[in-house]
Order: sequence, then structure tokens, then C-alpha cells
Amino acid sequence: MSTLSLQTPDAEKRTASGPARIFRLLLRDPLATLAFAFLVVVVVCAVAGPFLIGDLIEKPNFRARNMPPFSLEQGFAYILGADTLGRSLLARLVVGARNTLGIATAAVLCSLVIGGTLGLIAGYSRGALGNLIMRATDIVMSFPSLLLALVVLFSLGPSVPNLVLVLAITRIPIYLRTTRAEVLEVRERMFVNAAVALGASHSRLIFRHIAPMVIPTLLTIGAIDFATVVLAESSLSFLGLGIQSPQFTWGSMVATGRGYLANAWWVAFWPGLMILLTTLSLNILSNWWRTYSDPQQRWRLELARRHRK
Amino acid sequence: MFGYVFKRSLQSLVAVAGLLVLVFFLSRLTGDPAYLYLPLDSTEAQRQAFNELHGFDDPLYIQFGRYLADLLHFDFGTALSRNRPAMEVALEAFPETLKLAAIAMTLSLVLAIVVGALAATKPGGIFDRLATTISLAGASAPDFWVAIVAILFFSVSLGLLPTSGTGTPLHWIMPIGVLMLRPFGLLTQVVRGSMMGVLTSPYIKTAQAKGVRRTKIVFVHALRNALLPVITVAGDLAASLINGAVVVETIFGWPGIGKLMIDAIVRRDFALVQATVLITAIAIFFLNIVIDLVYAALDPRIRHQTA
Repeated sequence: MSTLSLQTPDAEKRTASGPARIFRLLLRDPLATLAFAFLVVVVVCAVAGPFLIGDLIEKPNFRARNMPPFSLEQGFAYILGADTLGRSLLARLVVGARNTLGIATAAVLCSLVIGGTLGLIAGYSRGALGNLIMRATDIVMSFPSLLLALVVLFSLGPSVPNLVLVLAITRIPIYLRTTRAEVLEVRERMFVNAAVALGASHSRLIFRHIAPMVIPTLLTIGAIDFATVVLAESSLSFLGLGIQSPQFTWGSMVATGRGYLANAWWVAFWPGLMILLTTLSLNILSNWWRTYSDPQQRWRLELARRHRK
Repeated sequence: MFGYVFKRSLQSLVAVAGLLVLVFFLSRLTGDPAYLYLPLDSTEAQRQAFNELHGFDDPLYIQFGRYLADLLHFDFGTALSRNRPAMEVALEAFPETLKLAAIAMTLSLVLAIVVGALAATKPGGIFDRLATTISLAGASAPDFWVAIVAILFFSVSLGLLPTSGTGTPLHWIMPIGVLMLRPFGLLTQVVRGSMMGVLTSPYIKTAQAKGVRRTKIVFVHALRNALLPVITVAGDLAASLINGAVVVETIFGWPGIGKLMIDAIVRRDFALVQATVLITAIAIFFLNIVIDLVYAALDPRIRHQTA
């Protein structure tokens, strides 16, 4: 308890000024600000949008069939055009955002939890079990992830839970290896030795002492990995082994639109652009974060302010 | 050094073996191939005869034993969908992918080294910002969408390039361009990051003080040390280039191993799936050995390591 109370004031100070300071630094980089704003809009659309849209994604509007974008003839919902059944592309993009981001979030969480747990075991127990886990990881890593996902997905049958599982499997090694490396390092530290000497049980050592040191790293990797998972899901759905109709994500929307490329390019163009902008924003932000969290590089962000003033 | 490489290859050989076992049993889970290969109105007896003929009626472990025994005789089974030896079909497609991947990888590596190194010489400058943004976009772009937009623009609108197929040099441009996107984007960032670290180290300062020319410092003194992490990433990327190849080959109708594998999976052509997986895994296995050797050649700490 005494160590806890010693840490508290410092930790409190950091959380009080931390986010605000990070945000102020973020606003100084126009590109990062733009990326952040775009992601906020997408997330808000994905969460709240489907309630506002109602049945617009299902309802065929035959007067709007293959309607080109940038025309307000049929109302604002058709500003991005309509597909061959006259369904509003804007509405479908919003619902696609929910599916795309939802699946990616679930997959990242799954791989984080499974990879983290297995890594903890592999790093902590160091015995035959740990070896087995590492060899299994080698198998997953020795093969192109998309192909592995295709084989697994085809044998399990395409469905949303399977899609999440397959995406998670291909990303697990990253979390697993990081966790294992960190655990190997942390368990040699003085405070862990002290806990062992005091007679702490294995579960107490793992959950009270080691896990809290590893989790922040895992969360950072999860945030960076999110863009990769979005891309992987899109590719699988584009190839037809991901999400199945009537459900759809941005990736499967591109696949649908591919057939009408010559006379209605916008059906395939918008969803792909959304994927690009989302992953680009995520990568710009994580790049910015890397600069921010690297003490040797942070001065670049702080210098930018002095330049401007 | 050879002990190190040997140990690493032994590890990846175990992984390849595990992968083959995994794929064998997973592909058997996908369902009865008889329904796909026989006409819809085939009788139960016909389906049974089909399964007996191809040995699909035996228990899985017997099928697996037979598969292993055949492997030792270099018999990889018959590709049901084409009625030809599976390995023959796979070996025909493999060079097509290899050519595509090798050209794309070489071009993106060279381009990334030049662009990344130049960007690192002046961090925060206009060229650096431009290079960073472009490489980020390359790494973030969904390749299937870029391929479609490229077809739309270069083939449908301008009529400059053929939409798909092989034959003339023009057919190569779009597949290679799309395949290069991701490796180029990621490698440029790695080169830039690693170069920035190296350029601040004391021995570079010494070289500057001696009055060595700037280009020589960047491309001779600094590059050699900056290349180590680049080679690791390039190795990982070369394997995952197959991911891109699947998409690119599907869209541009390229007769490579990626397209072959997708076709085989969808048509439940077990032997062909296994043959393509085996070829890909072996190719990646050798690639890893080459990367380890290159790494050892560049890094004296590994070169002089024993086992």
C-alpha cells in the first residue's frame, strides 16, 4: 500500500495535465489534427449514424438508379450517388463504417487478449508449454497472413464471428511476442523479486505485478495495428470470403462496385476512399504518437510551436 | 555464423511441417468435394464411388498417412479441377508470381532507399514531409481499390494500358505498380527512421569534419549501418508480398500462384491447395535463409557468433 500512496500524487498530476497537453501539441500539427478530426467524424457516424438513417440502406429508389454523385436532385442522402438499385451510397457508407470498424475493433481486442494471455504464459512459465506456444506462433508467422486467413475462413465457413477470429489469429503473434519479451524482462526486476521473496502467489505475481507493466505497451500496439486489421478485413471481404451479403463492409462494397466500373465508377470508388482515408488517418496519428512518445524526437513537435510564434 | 543460420532454418522447417499438417486437416473440414465435382443430379452411389476413387472415404488419419507417404515419393496428388498432377500446375504458376514479386520488391527497395535517405538528410523539410505523406499513403492504401481505380483511369478512361492478362510489357505496369505500394511505403519509413538515427551518430560527425562529400556520407557511410533494420523489414515484406499478389493476380487476371490458390480453395481442390501452400512455404523458407545470410554478411556481431 505504501508504494501506491507514494505514486499517487505524481500519477494524478500527469493525468490532469497529460491529455490536455497532448491535445495542444496535436493541434500544432495540421496533418495530425485533420486525421484526428476525420477519425472522430467516422466513429461518430459509425456509432450514431445508423439510427438516423433508418431503412435508407435497404430501400430501393428506382428514380435514383445509378445516380451520379454531387447532385442534390433526390435530396442530401444521394449526394454521393446511388448504386444500381438506387440505394443511397452515403447511407450505405455510414452502415459500412459501423461494420468495418466494429469487426476490426473486435478482432484487435481478441488478438490483444489471446496474444497477451498466451505471451504471459510463454514468458512466465518458460517450460515445455512456453516452447509449444512459440513454435505455434512460428507456424502462423511463417505463412502469408491473407492466405492463412483464406484457408481457415474457407474451412470454418464465412460468418462475422469467424471473420473476427481469423483476423485475430493472424495478428496474435505480434502481441504474443511482445508480451513474452516484456514479461521475460519484467520478471527479473527488483520489485518482482521482492514480491516473490514476500511469498506472493503466481496469480498475484502475474496480475498484480507483471500484467500492469505490459498492458500499456499492448494497447499502443493495438492502436497501431488497427489500420492493418481494417485493411486485412477489407481484402478478405473484397475477395468474397469475408462478410457475406446482406451484411456489408467497405471492402465488400468495393467488390460489388467492381462489376459496374465502366458505367457507375462511384459505387466502388467511395468505399475504397473511405478505407484509404481511415487507415491513412490512423497511420498519421500513430506516426505522430511515435514522435511524441520518443524523447529523442519530441523536440520536433515542440519546436514547431516556437517557430510559429 | 552457419550455426546461427542452421538453427534458424531448423526452426522454420518445423514451422513449415506444422503448416502442412494444419492445412491438410483444415482443408478436409471444408466439406465433401463430391458435391462440387459431380453433376447436381448425381446419386448417392455415384458420390460414394467418386470419394472411393480419390480416397476421400477413408478416415482422416489414413488419408494423412497416405499423403505423407506420397510426399516422400514426390507425389503431390492430382488437381481434381484440372485433372493434372497438382505440383505440375503449381510449378507452372509459381514463376509468374516470382517474377512479379521480385521486380516489385527490387524496385520498391531501391526507390525506398533513395527517397528515405534523402528525406532523412533534412527532417521536417519539404521533401521529407512530401515523402512521409506519400509513403504513409502507400502503406495505408487498400491495394484492391488502387488496382480498380488504376484500371478505371488508365484503361477505361485513357485507354493506355490493358485491363488484365499477360503478354506485352504494358501488361506488367499496373500489377507491379499496385504490388509496390505497400512495400515502398513501409520501407521508405523504415529507411528514413533508421537513417535519421544513424546520421546523428559520432562517426558521421567525424566524416563531416574530415570534409567527406555529403552524398558519400549518406549513401556510403550511413547507409551500410542504416540498412540492417531495413533488411529485416524487407524480408518480412517479401513474404507478405504474396498477400498482395493474391489480390493483384485476382484483379489483373495474372496466372500466378495466388490466383491459383484462391481458385483451388473455392473449388475444394485439396491436392492443389496443399501443393500451392507447400511451394509458397518452401519459397519463404529459402527466402528466410537468404535474409539471414545477408544479415550476417552485413552485421559482424552475427557473422562471428557461434551457434
